[in-house]
Amino acid sequence: MVALVLVGHSPELLRGLRAMLAQAAPAVPVVVAGGTDGGALGTSAPRILHALRSALADSPDGTIVLLDLGSAALALEMALDDLEPSARARVRVSRGALVEGAVRAAVQAAGGGSLAAVLAASEMSAALDKLPDDWPADGAAPGTHPGQTPGRPDR
Amino acid sequence: MSGALVVAWLRLAASRVAAERMRLTDLDAAIGDGDHGINLARGLAVLEARLAAGDVSMEAPAPILALAGRTITGTVGGASGALYGRALLRAAATVEPGHVGAGMSVAQVAAALRAAVDGIAALGRSRPGEKTMLDALVPAVTALEAAAAAGSGLPDALLRAADAADAGAWATLPLLATKGRASYLGERSIGHLDPGAVSSTLLLRALADAAAGA
Repeated sequence: MVALVLVGHSPELLRGLRAMLAQAAPAVPVVVAGGTDGGALGTSAPRILHALRSALADSPDGTIVLLDLGSAALALEMALDDLEPSARARVRVSRGALVEGAVRAAVQAAGGGSLAAVLAASEMSAALDKLPDDWPADGAAPGTHPGQTPGRPDR
Repeated sequence: MSGALVVAWLRLAASRVAAERMRLTDLDAAIGDGDHGINLARGLAVLEARLAAGDVSMEAPAPILALAGRTITGTVGGASGALYGRALLRAAATVEPGHVGAGMSVAQVAAALRAAVDGIAALGRSRPGEKTMLDALVPAVTALEAAAAAGSGLPDALLRAADAADAGAWATLPLLATKGRASYLGERSIGHLDPGAVSSTLLLRALADAAAGA
């Protein structure tokens, strides 16, 4: 089953959303990465990386990532750079709105939807553009496509 | 630039940003979400504590820069945390991990700053003229490279870089923001200094002053 990773600035917001999803689709794994390492408002690349690894370990079918605001995409991209290539290939990042997109994605995932189907469901919610223009159109991690310069992970 | 100078810089940066955090936050409140100074001060305070705790050897620049990058990435939050974190990690990657002793030459410091600035530009999909930290950082790295080519000593070269950053930050005043949350304001972003350009200048001024005092 496809998992969801929720990335945002407020840990409380994400915990609340996770509780809503648990009611709507209790079988779907949902991992949150909200706030900084100290629990302040903000995003943290190390926390996001941890959440991605956790979701992917539980879900061989992969995971959809939903974001609250565009600045979260910067931290997410740093986390993806540090993720192993085989794991990166099982991540799709949604352009959908966080709440509506997560609910639609969770319902689709609960019904056994594929990674592509869950991504599409999450993006039916709104046209809030959160990713840079040059992000791969299919939502794959930058640098995972043939012919494209691979990202240089910071290690 | 020795490991000791990198540590002296980061400590001075932490105290300067802490002292200026309300000014940075006020600048950010005008065109962003009003947390830039507080966020950056918080991250640098955590870094200062980690340096004091001896989490890294003080001998070589690279591991100190890498610790700074990881700390800022995890604790500042928002776009500036990711961008400054990426910058420090990219700078660290240009330096040999075991590079100790007298440390980095002016040219090596310039190469590290160039890698840092390129990392910010790539992650932020931005370029100078868009009312961002790059408006301070790009003139600074250009000045540093010119000083390195002219054979300047490190304190003088870093002074020129900080002066160029200062001029670049002031030049953001009339610019229209097209990146980040300030872009949501459109034309109302005109007439305000960019908080990222101002904090970048603070960081480079701290580096120049640390080098002058070393």
